Amino acid sequence: MEAPLLSVRQLTVDFSTDAGDFRAVDGLTFDIPKGKTVALVGESGSGKSVTAQAILQILSKKAGITNGSILFNDPANGGAVDIAALAPESDAMHALRGGRIAMIFQEPMTSLSPLHTIGDQISEALTIHADVDQATADRKTVDVLARVGFPDPKRALTTYPFELSGGLRQRAMIAMALITRPALLIADEPTTALDVTTQAQILDLIKELQIETGMSVLLITHDLGVVANVADEVVVMYRGRIMEAGSRENIFRNAQHAYLQALMRAVPRFAMGENERLTPIREVKSAALASAGAPQRIQPQGPILKAEHLTKCFTLRSGWFSGKTQQIRAVSEVDLTLPVGKTLGLVGESGCGKTTVSKMIMRALTPNSGRVLFDDGTGPKDVHKLEGDALTAYRRSVQFIFQDPFSSLNPRMTVYELLTEPLRIHDIGTSDERYQRVKQLLDMVGLDQRSLRRYPHSFSGGQRQRLGIARALALEPRVLLCDEPVSALDVSVQAQVLNLLKDLQSALGLSYLFVSHNLAVVDYIADTIAVMCRGYIVEEAPKSSLFRNPVHPYTQALLAAVPDPDIDRPLDFAKLRTGRFSQPSEWPEPFRIKPGEFGAMKEIEPGHKVRVGHLTAREAA
Amino acid sequence: MIRFLSRRILTMAVTLLIISALIFFIIKLPPGDFLSNQIAELRAQGESASIAKAEFLIKQYGLDKPAWQQYLVWLGVMPGPNGFSGLLQGDWGWSFEYDKPVVEVVGDALWLTLLVNLAVVIFIHVVSIPIAIYSATRQYSVGDYLATFIGYIGLATPSFLLALILLYYMNRWFGVSIGGLYDAEYAGEPWTWAKTQSLLSHLLVPTVVIGLGGTAAMIRRMRANLLDELGKQYYVTAKAKGLGPTKALLKYPFRMSLNPFIADIGNLLPHLVSGSVLVSLVLSLPTVGPILLSALKSQDQFLAGFILMFVALLTVVGMLISDLLLAWLDPRIRMGGGR
Repeated sequence: MEAPLLSVRQLTVDFSTDAGDFRAVDGLTFDIPKGKTVALVGESGSGKSVTAQAILQILSKKAGITNGSILFNDPANGGAVDIAALAPESDAMHALRGGRIAMIFQEPMTSLSPLHTIGDQISEALTIHADVDQATADRKTVDVLARVGFPDPKRALTTYPFELSGGLRQRAMIAMALITRPALLIADEPTTALDVTTQAQILDLIKELQIETGMSVLLITHDLGVVANVADEVVVMYRGRIMEAGSRENIFRNAQHAYLQALMRAVPRFAMGENERLTPIREVKSAALASAGAPQRIQPQGPILKAEHLTKCFTLRSGWFSGKTQQIRAVSEVDLTLPVGKTLGLVGESGCGKTTVSKMIMRALTPNSGRVLFDDGTGPKDVHKLEGDALTAYRRSVQFIFQDPFSSLNPRMTVYELLTEPLRIHDIGTSDERYQRVKQLLDMVGLDQRSLRRYPHSFSGGQRQRLGIARALALEPRVLLCDEPVSALDVSVQAQVLNLLKDLQSALGLSYLFVSHNLAVVDYIADTIAVMCRGYIVEEAPKSSLFRNPVHPYTQALLAAVPDPDIDRPLDFAKLRTGRFSQPSEWPEPFRIKPGEFGAMKEIEPGHKVRVGHLTAREAA
Repeated sequence: MIRFLSRRILTMAVTLLIISALIFFIIKLPPGDFLSNQIAELRAQGESASIAKAEFLIKQYGLDKPAWQQYLVWLGVMPGPNGFSGLLQGDWGWSFEYDKPVVEVVGDALWLTLLVNLAVVIFIHVVSIPIAIYSATRQYSVGDYLATFIGYIGLATPSFLLALILLYYMNRWFGVSIGGLYDAEYAGEPWTWAKTQSLLSHLLVPTVVIGLGGTAAMIRRMRANLLDELGKQYYVTAKAKGLGPTKALLKYPFRMSLNPFIADIGNLLPHLVSGSVLVSLVLSLPTVGPILLSALKSQDQFLAGFILMFVALLTVVGMLISDLLLAWLDPRIRMGGGR
């Protein structure tokens, strides 16, 4: 058997901090074979990124390799080198770093310097390691940019990272890593910050380049769906230790370790049964929930919330020095219906306008045209015309749950202050009653009552998100607008929060508008799903028929791009490679929408509507 | 670009107009003016010849008119006794205290002030940037603590006190007299090489004294900025590329950490004039600071008004320069994109 490209043996990394010493990686042993992809899987804090940094010797100053070896068996160089024994700033290490072992990172925006052009940053990687002049370096940069799929590589040389989309930025990162033709590419969550269709394209690109250059890839991810699609071998980490390692086949068909099995059960999948429930790794028990009944109130006859022809335009100024302005239509003719006690899922990629819709419903933004109707049992009323007491009542009835549990809680307020704030604003109850209410809320979301005096920083991400939910529930709302409430959470915690939301809904009779880019999550929680693209709702259907029979090309592409943690359902890369799915003017007939047109929704089966272009709509009428 | 510039210059003009009104009326707020005070004093002494001259000056500069008329005349938009003759026409007025036109009083002092303070600014940057880089890259090391400690001492020492101490010991140990900006024999002489040399050797101590506090503050700020940038992902990317530590540091985080300082140029320029009054007094430097102080005390309105207007002009021009520089250095601002 051929010697592996990289053998990590008993690797141990220690951190020394003010709060005491801490072992981030504990006796890690694994191999990366030549030309293969090894996936390092685990939750945040499991030590997977630290391992990658140790291989490149770019650990932070507080950390150090205290034991073990990292043997790098470079085919271009003959003998093996023990990276762990090299000094981080030695010449040998500089030559390896970026030259033979390259790395790409999660967040392509912050990983590139905003002040330097793409061309400068990519060609720099080459000029460090090869003795070439700038003209040659530029030519090679154009080549590699063309290879990773830049539409106009010559122009890309002089563009800045912020002028590019997330996908193109990540392509630029890959170009930077690959221009030196490294033997090993370390990809640290390379697609986590990207939309699903872009994610599929980037994964495809990495695979293709791997075949072309014969490099090995160390893929670090928490997404089992990605692992199932691209990895040859899988290493599962938990708290710095390996829980289980083996071939992809073995890991997915025959998971042995309890942790891995639990991790697999916690991920929402498409093939789940109608009433199947996710099993979080750490289940949260709520005693109060079972006994907490829905408040008695008049229920509306029709839907509780309805959006009609919502349209929103934004005016952009194109630069500092130019007075030119540009109109961007973020939301076009959006119709939504949210029945009482149900969940409407709003899915789409970043920039499709889904958050704008939720903000208009919340009345944080005013639509250019169209209206939002809210029915509290006394008949539908236009939300944007409410004033005085009626508006206050509406504010009480509709609450928001935010994406980022870290920035949405004021760090200077205790849990008690955070949860009573809505009550104080609306002047509800005496201080004793508020105290009782807060205790009840904490119970509902499964948090300990002793946490009342603590500040948000002492909670984990999942606990904070539950605090956010408790705060939203304080005013006994009827509708919760959830804007990507689980995107910032680990899979295990994600399952916890999703289950909590489901339980709350059935106990309190809440209605949810659930905005997310993650189809599997929406599939798990929603009853009806609306797919958004470029400000249009392109398809809307009950979830069973949407997933069984997606009609619109964009929905199909979106569904096809989601990596399922199931090796029998691999991604169809060939199909995803072809398309520009998010251009309304390039959709095939009858779906094509020309610029300036809106098209119209057409019902193809009960409850299943799809947007078609004008011509088709007229014929049908 | 042209639209941007013309818009900016228009707002600058409006700003200056408002500032000029504020300056003038605040100077006029205390009752009386330089001349009426002087006349009262002269009356007490019974010197009728001087009184006649003072009264002539009052007529000449319209000090007997209402304040708003004086203001408009001073500005040069209303005809005074000599027709339109104010700031807009380049007539900066008359200093009653020195009995000379303002331009002659301020003349040399203005350029010397700019020279001293320019030297200070260069001193601050040349000294503090390397120290800041050192202490940021070696956070919590002995060197960092030492730099921090010295920095705090520098911040806490009143500069006039340091000036006094240096004044005494420099003379005692080296026999150097450091008062003034050149040796007494050159005062009023035309600029020669010898005078320039004398100026340079006298420049050293004021530069250090005035610059010390600023240097300490700059080290602290630069260190904090740089520490923020050092934690950013793109610096890790640069290192992962295989860049050497020095080059990676200077090309990426250091360049980013300069932005706040460029944005600060607008504040720096007026400091060139008004920042060193106390030290100038102690070291008897012939700069604008002491002149401004005495002009304000004696209500020498045209002199004080002119110096303050000059400072205001430096401020708005400094803001414009820093905005243009920022746009030139930072593509995100130039192209108006970015998140």
